[in-house]
Amino acid sequence: MTTPIEVSGSESEAQPEAVLAGVGAKQIQGRSLGQIAWLRLRRDKVALTGGVIVVLLIVVAIVGPFLVQSPLTYHQDLIDPTFNRPNSGIWHTGISGDHWLGVEPGTGRDMLARIVHGARISLLVAFLATLLSVVIGVVLGITAGYFGRWVDTVISRAMDAFLAFPLLLFAIALVGVVSDGAFGLKGNGLRVSVLVFVIGFFNWPYIGRVIRGQTLSLREREFVDAARSLGARNGYILFKELLPNLVAPILVYSTLLIPTNILFEAALSFLGVGVIPPTPSWGGMLTLAVPIYSSDPMYMIVPGLAIFITVLAFNLLGDGLRDALDPRAK
Amino acid sequence: MLAYIIRRLIGAVLMLLLVSLVTFGIFFWIPKLAGQTTDQLAAAYVGKAPTAQAIQDTKERLGLDKPVIVQYGTYLKGIVAGQDFKAGPVVDHCPAPCLGYSFRTSQPVLPQLMDRAPATLSLAIGASIIWLAAGISIGVLSALRRGSIWDRTAMVIALGGVSLPIYFTGLVSLAIFSYSLGIFPGGGSYVPFTQDPGTWFQSLVLPWVTLAFLYAAMYARLTRAGMLETLGEDYIRTARAKGLPERTVITKHALRSTLTPILTIFGLDLGLMLGGAVLTENTFSIPGLGQLAISSIGTGDLPVVLGVTLLAAFFIVMINLVVDLLYAAIDPRVRLG
Repeated sequence: MTTPIEVSGSESEAQPEAVLAGVGAKQIQGRSLGQIAWLRLRRDKVALTGGVIVVLLIVVAIVGPFLVQSPLTYHQDLIDPTFNRPNSGIWHTGISGDHWLGVEPGTGRDMLARIVHGARISLLVAFLATLLSVVIGVVLGITAGYFGRWVDTVISRAMDAFLAFPLLLFAIALVGVVSDGAFGLKGNGLRVSVLVFVIGFFNWPYIGRVIRGQTLSLREREFVDAARSLGARNGYILFKELLPNLVAPILVYSTLLIPTNILFEAALSFLGVGVIPPTPSWGGMLTLAVPIYSSDPMYMIVPGLAIFITVLAFNLLGDGLRDALDPRAK
Repeated sequence: MLAYIIRRLIGAVLMLLLVSLVTFGIFFWIPKLAGQTTDQLAAAYVGKAPTAQAIQDTKERLGLDKPVIVQYGTYLKGIVAGQDFKAGPVVDHCPAPCLGYSFRTSQPVLPQLMDRAPATLSLAIGASIIWLAAGISIGVLSALRRGSIWDRTAMVIALGGVSLPIYFTGLVSLAIFSYSLGIFPGGGSYVPFTQDPGTWFQSLVLPWVTLAFLYAAMYARLTRAGMLETLGEDYIRTARAKGLPERTVITKHALRSTLTPILTIFGLDLGLMLGGAVLTENTFSIPGLGQLAISSIGTGDLPVVLGVTLLAAFFIVMINLVVDLLYAAIDPRVRLG
């Protein structure tokens, strides 16, 4: 039988600062993973540039549409009726003080306004779809990784199945069969919901796999054993013990999923199953550019560059975040 | 080994069943869920100005008034055993594997798919050879010269490549190389290989390169990351320590295990593409499976869409099976069983 050692109050309090005081005048600061990541990210100029562009794009998407002119107004007076293209500006783009990016061939609608309104749709769909994928992916990934056995088998097989779906065809088919007025939604409200559902629902296995893999190694760690021996329930361990340790991969893969989803939305709009015209979208503008790219290259370049810059900015930020949050990096 | 293959084949069949069920559900169950009646559904398949009689006939012909699961069963039976279709007094027999008849052209679906497949196959195979060769070699070189000017340039271009939509690069390349310089023919110039190999090749160069650029960029990034991780492994240090030439260490030890995950992704990508490179075919007007699917969705021609989707899933599942078998050949750590 062991008897507990009597410990007096003063002895039980360890004082690390007192030990460190002898090392030097400079105090050693404890840094959280977040602080370390931020310090690393601040040094990464490329990622930071991406981050700044992302913030600017979000601001443009939120307040931009209130500042630009209507994207639906036809400026027929700016269109040359013979060639059906703008009659002014360099290379017949219609660029002027009133129309900074020129006007659309044929209709004379303001390009800047269409790009800015397109940004709102693009980011809205991409963010919501990413959120949906991340929620499904994290919940199923963490469940599969933590419980293992048949739960893992079922969820992992489901991930394989989802990866084998011809996604683009499914998306186009789904948008096609959901008629207007379904689920009590109409017009673009319905279309955006369907887009978010399709893109988000079929993309979760990518993040699900990552989270499952991380959970598999995390659940073997001592703190999980400790929590379990203290009598914690599975739900508590999953969401209070494991989830906080998964914040880094979730953040990184969300940031990298957003550009994929932006491209996906643009592709669907390009194929004519995105938001309904005349609501502007970047992919939709490129569709209109296909028959006239040889005579009006600007009309193809502007929305193309908008997609490119947006996707690139998110990719740069995502890559930077991944490097900054990598615990193995020094 | 044989047991493994049999188990995987059963898995492949189950996967195809699942894909066909989901596709079937999208067309017949989702509309019901969204509040469409059977009459409305039938009317959509009749075409313009449907009469009450035509709607009734369509409902009976397609069995739309039966539960979705029964319709699905009929469809499956057609694939396995063939199916008889009543077209007025005549009975058409569609031999197995029967994918049904097009609603629009009343032609059987399978020959239509076979008709379109060569174009998609030409596009996918050609592009994948280019992107595998370019992507993997660029990725390996970048990893070996990490931080060099070559590495940084290659990775900037690769990041740009994965950030560009294919229909945009396709249009730009058409504008430059076809419209302005006149080196390659423009969109819609595809002819089958059997008809004129020269023109076939010329018409596919731009689509191949455009498609391969996107994927090469992706594979270069993946290869570089995988290679860097592998080079940090202990067994690479061991291989070097026992005095193997650097060349052997890289090709025999590092590259092999780097290639395993890339092979998996390649299987998925190639499989998806064989079922129709929708965006590329659309941009360059190549009459492949993807374009057939898009035009069929536009006209509500369900059996054709179902056929393309199933064929795509079939390719994905089969290629994955091949990839898993190849694993054992590439990576000595993998043992099947």
